[in-house]
Amino acid sequence: MSTTLLAALPFYPLVSFLLLIILGKRLSWQQASWLSVGAMALSALSSGVLVYQLSQSDVHVLTVQLWSWFSLKGSTGIADVNFAFYLDALSSVMICVVTGIGFLIHLFAAIYMKNDENFSRFMAYMNLFIVAMLILVLADNLVLLYLGWEGVGLCSFLLIGFWYQEKDNVLAARKAFIVTRIGDTAMAIGLFMLFKSLGQLNIVDVTQAAQVSWQVGNNDAYWIALLLLGGAVGKSAQLPLQTWLPDAMAGPTPVSALIHAATMVTAGVYLIARMHGVFLLAPEVMQYVAWIGASTLLLAGAAALVQTDIKRVLAYSTMSQIGYMMLALGAGAWSAGVFHLMTHAFFKALLFLTAGSVILALHHQQNLFKMGGLLKKLPVESTLFIIGLICLMALPGTSGFFSKEAIIAELWSSPTAGAGLWWCAIVGALLTSIYSCRLFFLAFLGKQRFDTQLHIEKSKLLRMSLLILAALSLLGGLISLDLQAVFTDMSAPVNKVNEPYWLHTVAIITPFIGITFSWFYFARYRITSNAEIKASQSMLSQFLRSGLGFDALYQWLLIKPYCFIARLNRRDIVDQMIMLNAWYVRLWHDTLSTSQNGSLRWYAAAFGLAIVCLVGVVTL
Amino acid sequence: MLANFLSVESLFYLAGLVAVIASFKVVTGKNTVHALLYLVVSLLAVAVCFYLMGAPFAAGLEVIVYAGAILVLFVFAVMMFGLTTDETKYAPQSKGLSFWVGPIILAMTLLAELLWVIDNAQLQQQLTANVVSAKQVGMLLYGPYLLAVEIASFLLLAGLLAGYHYAKPESRGTHL
Amino acid sequence: MTEIPLEHVLFLSCILFSIGFVGVISRKNTLFMLMSLEVMLNAVGVAFIGAGSAWRQADGQVMFILILTLAAAEVAVGLALFIRMQRRYRSLDIDELNEMRG
Repeated sequence: MSTTLLAALPFYPLVSFLLLIILGKRLSWQQASWLSVGAMALSALSSGVLVYQLSQSDVHVLTVQLWSWFSLKGSTGIADVNFAFYLDALSSVMICVVTGIGFLIHLFAAIYMKNDENFSRFMAYMNLFIVAMLILVLADNLVLLYLGWEGVGLCSFLLIGFWYQEKDNVLAARKAFIVTRIGDTAMAIGLFMLFKSLGQLNIVDVTQAAQVSWQVGNNDAYWIALLLLGGAVGKSAQLPLQTWLPDAMAGPTPVSALIHAATMVTAGVYLIARMHGVFLLAPEVMQYVAWIGASTLLLAGAAALVQTDIKRVLAYSTMSQIGYMMLALGAGAWSAGVFHLMTHAFFKALLFLTAGSVILALHHQQNLFKMGGLLKKLPVESTLFIIGLICLMALPGTSGFFSKEAIIAELWSSPTAGAGLWWCAIVGALLTSIYSCRLFFLAFLGKQRFDTQLHIEKSKLLRMSLLILAALSLLGGLISLDLQAVFTDMSAPVNKVNEPYWLHTVAIITPFIGITFSWFYFARYRITSNAEIKASQSMLSQFLRSGLGFDALYQWLLIKPYCFIARLNRRDIVDQMIMLNAWYVRLWHDTLSTSQNGSLRWYAAAFGLAIVCLVGVVTL
Repeated sequence: MLANFLSVESLFYLAGLVAVIASFKVVTGKNTVHALLYLVVSLLAVAVCFYLMGAPFAAGLEVIVYAGAILVLFVFAVMMFGLTTDETKYAPQSKGLSFWVGPIILAMTLLAELLWVIDNAQLQQQLTANVVSAKQVGMLLYGPYLLAVEIASFLLLAGLLAGYHYAKPESRGTHL
Repeated sequence: MTEIPLEHVLFLSCILFSIGFVGVISRKNTLFMLMSLEVMLNAVGVAFIGAGSAWRQADGQVMFILILTLAAAEVAVGLALFIRMQRRYRSLDIDELNEMRG
């Protein structure tokens, strides 16, 4: 029963996708939304049932093979690559997040996008995304995982560029696609290397084979883990491939909530958690993971401090929170990282969707400096937003608190992290609380800085989806994740470091320090009577606002030289070399066709010449 | 002395010389009909050569078929063209009998040669000694070369049909 | 045994052939070209007959007869073509027929 349920899981949204894409605009709004949201509801329900059954049964793992895909001849015999799903505690968390939050966001999107003329196309892409994401998290082998990985990349591209008439959206979509492709290439090379050295592609087999055949610090393990990290960095928008995420906010807000906050960008975290068996054998790479996470956390937090676009603030915040997850993974705090993944999915989806409601109410105004005073106008949205923000800031009692504290608690004594990274995490938390407060003050407090009539959506479904998310965000911390079965077997031996007694206290009070600081520092956003406040124009702010100049750096470092080379090679030197043949043939053609002058006497003379030559050759 | 001088070899060289001169005149000639006359002389001279080389049958054929049939064909064709002179612009004007002198002299030489040979018994004997007779040729033609003869007959048939077809007046709507 | 040396026969043949060849490539009038061709064919005939008589074989004459048939067919077709050419182009200049140049 449960295997059938598992096998059918990605097929509800797939069928819905196919119907939507085939029938397209022939479907009315009701039909299209019933179809897509219904498919998602089915998926969410069945994944709930699955997870319940799994928790009740003795076995912790459920596998189902749909069909054989192909087999590869490797160094240690034939490796079968099957279309098979593998459900354990880790993928349970992921399918719950994907289908549960996916369902709520679909519900929201059905109302948010109601008036778009390509509504069914939008819902079709959303469904396709869910299909790809489910394949990614359920994949039994790395090839299938890569299929899902590329599938979500494709859907991300399609959905960022959903309003393809706008040039900015198209450019953002292209950028997201190309930048993540760099990471994907690294990951593909990593998979090839993995197959070459272990001859396995099944995830469980790979983990076991790696334990058997590699020592800690093995060179192969180092390179493979590094390349897989490359893939994760690209997908999860970490340093140095983070530049695509802020631009990806050009897509519709439900897309930002689903793909660029809750699910797809955490695929990198999932990949590392899934392949932890390999990563544990490469402690240097674990350190890289931790440092990448920490630096992204800080840089994105700093960039979020000065953004003017509400969605870009949230985008940088997402990057920063994924930095936390990476930090946790790098420190070997696997459960904490995955836990934060889940809670972050709750509250970030809530924040994005609420921001979407606000944006919708303000007639697609996203500039924070043109908002203000929304607390009174939109009390429900404001309350929901506050809930999201306190979770983000990790105030005690919220879900974010539990997960973030779990991460921070493990950093100090981790062999691959340590005190330096702990301080990074604390500073990151401080930054988080500061930019959250700034966002809240600018958007919801102060004086109204817009003069349009608010467009208030009174749909119950919309409210309901937001309320469920809010409840999850507040109470999600109480969900106990039992990931021990996945992660215990090979944890590195922890040599207990003496932790100072003040660690937890500092971690808990940090957000309050941030709030207090911002209460006074951003006072003018809060209580200004002047309707005109401007974003800071200092050099530092502008530098931070542009994402710490990474775009400019890449423009200067990579794109300019590439364009220069492309311009130099406008006439493709290889092509020219091939065209040399054509030129040579043409030369002979010209020569020979002038000899073909139509004059019979010339031909006769040529005959004679040939005979003379022939006789000359024979006789001499 | 004279007999020695007029041996078969020397007669052959003389005939060959005539053939060369006549052929030269054919090639360099301006007037088509004059050139044709020189061609006849050339062919006759070659026929004499054949005769002197001991192939009287070939010589006969040369005279009958070449100088007779083919040249007549040429003459008829030239008549059909209705050319009075060479069609090229620089054809010289006719100057009475002067154009006939050359062919006549050459032809007379050949005639004298032949008469001399026929009249001279010693030469006759020399010539008949190494003759390849018509009978031998015939045996060979209808023996080992039968296939070649058949092919040649087909060639002639094809030539006949092609000649008929091409020379037919061009009717409307049909092309080559 | 008086016999004409084969070399001399072949000299004669070559001289006649060369004369004919020069005629073919230097004359513009197609009739003259055809006549020059006849001279060339004749020269070949001389070579065959000479060789045949040198070895006392009849094959040379057989070849000559075949050449004769060839010449007859060629002249028939050639002259027919010239008649047509004369009708169409009002000229026997071979250089007029250069439509098939490359």
